[in-house]
Amino acid sequence: MEIPGIVGAGLIVIGVGMGIGRIGGSAMEGIARQPEAANKIQTAMIIAAALIEGIGFAALFAS
Amino acid sequence: MMGKKILTLLLLALLFSPFTTFASETVTEQTATDEASVKAGIKKYIAHHLEDSYDFSIWHAMGLEFPLPIILIDEGMHVFSSAKFHHGETVAESEGKFYKIYHAKIYRTDTEGTITIDPETNHPEQIKPWDFSITKNVVSIFLFGLLIFVLFTNVARSYGDTQIPNKLGRFLEPLVIFVRDDIAIPNIGEKNYRRYMGYILTVFFFIWFINLAGLTPLGINVTGNIAVTFALALITFLITQFTAKKSYWMHIFWNPSVPLFMRLPLAAIELLGVFIKPFSLMIRLYANMTAGHVVIMSLIGLLYIFNNWFARGAFLGLTLFLSIIELLVAFLQAYIFAMLTALYFGAAVEESDHH
Repeated sequence: MEIPGIVGAGLIVIGVGMGIGRIGGSAMEGIARQPEAANKIQTAMIIAAALIEGIGFAALFAS
Repeated sequence: MMGKKILTLLLLALLFSPFTTFASETVTEQTATDEASVKAGIKKYIAHHLEDSYDFSIWHAMGLEFPLPIILIDEGMHVFSSAKFHHGETVAESEGKFYKIYHAKIYRTDTEGTITIDPETNHPEQIKPWDFSITKNVVSIFLFGLLIFVLFTNVARSYGDTQIPNKLGRFLEPLVIFVRDDIAIPNIGEKNYRRYMGYILTVFFFIWFINLAGLTPLGINVTGNIAVTFALALITFLITQFTAKKSYWMHIFWNPSVPLFMRLPLAAIELLGVFIKPFSLMIRLYANMTAGHVVIMSLIGLLYIFNNWFARGAFLGLTLFLSIIELLVAFLQAYIFAMLTALYFGAAVEESDHH
């Protein structure tokens, strides 16, 4: 039985979702502990999320 | 205080509600009640919106449509109006040659406009001439490029010899300062940032304005076109490579901070990374904007599939909510593009001091 490519894409999207979720959660924690560093944390969070997001899109295009 | 906030939110909601209903204008023409044909119509409508087109159609039902010039290079130059195609339904004749639009691309055919499909590649066998037409996307880019140019030169002139912004400057100055202080300086560094500011500001405002324009009834989808994002990423790539300093190249091909036997495999990976970075810029912007447009238009399409008022109300609310999210995404994508561009420039001009 052949597994369709969209299943793999779905798996990758689950991974991407978990990854971005973790980044967001950790950033929240970081900001709660050090509100004065909020700007720096936010920037780093957005960059990391954007990089992971790229993998998600690559998966969607490959499927 | 609270009441004022709620009022502003309501005003915003009112502002955007016509946009979403505007965008649905062609679906309402689908008089067929048959569910399958409604679904097919919605699919066709979304696909049509995502593609570039040869005429600028703002409101089909009201006749708000403009034909655009077609420029083809096919054994000599052919220039004619896209009105000759009648929205792709008829064959256009120009100096003894006949052209037909098939799947949003122009092919050279005979007087009948026959298109034969090659069964192996699934593409038409007809010749595709070089196409330099001023399409909808090109017009939008020209328009918004001009708008940004006029806007910013006016604001720059309005300063005169004072330091105080007035009128529009009060709105745009904080944004320019934001790009400088939060995007350029932290990533490129105090010393080198000035020579890149022009490009970073341009790319930021261009993407942002075009993204916002995509949410208006103009119905354009410029940054959701991979050729446009390719061009933007290419410019970033070229600037990065041509302004890079010696230590950038050294860190790619012969990284001094890793053991000797790792330097060659690392060089291969780094060389790949040089091309993957702009590639990811291209894909990210394209995919985000396309996905946003598809989601909003699918939700509008669902309004026509469901036949009860409860579901319609829910989907109308959801469309409004997603439109507001898209406002945020429009800004966020411009921000990320400018930010990553600045990051790559920063890596190119960084002086290594660990030796």
